[in-house]
Amino acid sequence: MPTFDTRSFLLHGLISAVFCCAIALALTVSGQGAWDVQLAYSLGIGIVAWLVIDLGRAWLTRQNSEAWPPGWRGILLIAAGIATGYVAGTAIGTAYSGSTPHPHGPLSGLAITIAAGAGISFFFYSQGKARYLQAHMAQAQRDAAEARLKLLEAQLEPHMLFNTLANLRVLVATDPPRAQAMLDHLIAYLRATLGASRATQHPLADEFERLRDYLELMAVRMGPRLAYQLDLPEGLRAASVPPLLLQPLVENAIRHGLEPQVEGGRITVRAGTRPGPAGMRLVLEVLDTGTGLAAQAPAGDAPGSHFGLAQVRERLATLHGSDFTLDLIAGSAGGTSVTITFPFKSTP
Amino acid sequence: MTAAPPRALIAEDEPLLAAALRHELAQAWPALQVVATVGDGRAAVREALALRPEVLFFDIRMPGQSGLDAAAELADAWPAGQPFPALVFVTAYDQYAVQAFEAQAVDYLLKPVQAARLQKTVQKLQQTLTNQALEATVLEATMAQLRHLLAAPAPAAPSALLTVIQASSGNQIHLVPVAEVLYFEAADKYVRVLTAGHEYLIRTPLKELAAQLDAQTFWQVHRGTLVRASAIASVTRDEAGRLHLALRGRSEQLAVSRLYAHLFKAM
Repeated sequence: MPTFDTRSFLLHGLISAVFCCAIALALTVSGQGAWDVQLAYSLGIGIVAWLVIDLGRAWLTRQNSEAWPPGWRGILLIAAGIATGYVAGTAIGTAYSGSTPHPHGPLSGLAITIAAGAGISFFFYSQGKARYLQAHMAQAQRDAAEARLKLLEAQLEPHMLFNTLANLRVLVATDPPRAQAMLDHLIAYLRATLGASRATQHPLADEFERLRDYLELMAVRMGPRLAYQLDLPEGLRAASVPPLLLQPLVENAIRHGLEPQVEGGRITVRAGTRPGPAGMRLVLEVLDTGTGLAAQAPAGDAPGSHFGLAQVRERLATLHGSDFTLDLIAGSAGGTSVTITFPFKSTP
Repeated sequence: MTAAPPRALIAEDEPLLAAALRHELAQAWPALQVVATVGDGRAAVREALALRPEVLFFDIRMPGQSGLDAAAELADAWPAGQPFPALVFVTAYDQYAVQAFEAQAVDYLLKPVQAARLQKTVQKLQQTLTNQALEATVLEATMAQLRHLLAAPAPAAPSALLTVIQASSGNQIHLVPVAEVLYFEAADKYVRVLTAGHEYLIRTPLKELAAQLDAQTFWQVHRGTLVRASAIASVTRDEAGRLHLALRGRSEQLAVSRLYAHLFKAM
């Protein structure tokens, strides 16, 4: 732990002391000598070993979140703790009992110390490891939930939602059939967005339908400022893609490309294939005639676009490891194109 | 109230919403004449200057220029002595903007526009227009409000102040100490960084830059200009009433926007 965990430190000390008392009791009962002398040796060795190991552990792990130093350093620390404990504890015991030699011979004393020290260290180690893994898992779960929430927030952007609803409200009064069509697109869009986290793959034809829902909603809002084209060859309809993979790219094209531009523009989404060294690859392109990257502030200013791209990249990496490409190209005369390639697979 | 019917301009980029606002206004305020509907920020400024309506409805998010920037530009370019129009901002969802509007008592409408809410706004507008005595102070008050709205902190304001500007030219990056900078000026897609002897270009937007500079050291004198206060030698008023700054260390003059003219008063 980055901060010193006083509670577990003291708890370890207490458990060590109790364990030492048990050893002293066992030795006294088996007739190895007076109980107080046994206790002095046992506690002396135990307390010193505990201090060395636990303080050493805190010092060695001060930089990371693991409870124990990894690998040989952990073993070395325990060995050092036990050795120091034995030497110092024996000295304490001898000092307490006067000049009496070690009551049950140096060898068996050392053996007991090593056995007890290793045993109790192993117990603390596995306990710490379990707690660390638990915390690690909880953190991973929190991260995943947060990422899902962020994705949802990006897709259900309130500005988009309220503007769409405002347009719907107008259409309900002026053009009910068109209002109905728009509502159907909104429903399909919401259903896809809210359900996207569950399915891992869907056919490219479905992906294009979801893009059409979104683009239709935007077309009502933007009127003649938005033109779009979806090119999906018949043979690629069954190609397998993660749901809403292209959505953030189309959204970026509108938000950062067309929306800031007075005259609006055109968005084209294209699918194709290209032979690769290890079989066919699917090529997906999102092109726009918007303001282009050059006109925008550097990435730091557009957290939306940054997040969208990072998210697409992350999803592709999860599915294909490093076997994918994502290229963002700024057109010389404005406009942006994003091209993705990954291995072509059909949905069953 | 003047004899002529009041006139309004609507700036809204979504055609259906513009038509709807027009329609709702016809119900809520039959006497009001909507003289123009425009779809972007620059057209809003141009048309407002040409038509001089009494009421403006500005959408916040518009292509070209935001409603807020358009309002600031308009306030700056508005002919002196003419009553400034009553301004109403329209937004679908913008929690920061709405908080700022509340704080500055700026009139705003939320989309979708509801009839009851619009009725309230219309009543307020009618009162403003009737109250002749107020007219002289409308521009002053609007400018004060806009100053606050434009200065509203970005959602994630960086805390540390900049000490060095990194400007690239070719394959080199120049490190320019902020202490040497006399002024920053927004120029199209870039910001010009000017020292006594040199000029550099950077791509960090002026607004982002302003948040990382000490507001006491660098004064905003125009929407596109941040100037080192201690580098200002003198302020001159021209025949049109505009202020111009002369600098120590540079020969050119800098124009002061009307929005920020209040900074310069003799002690």
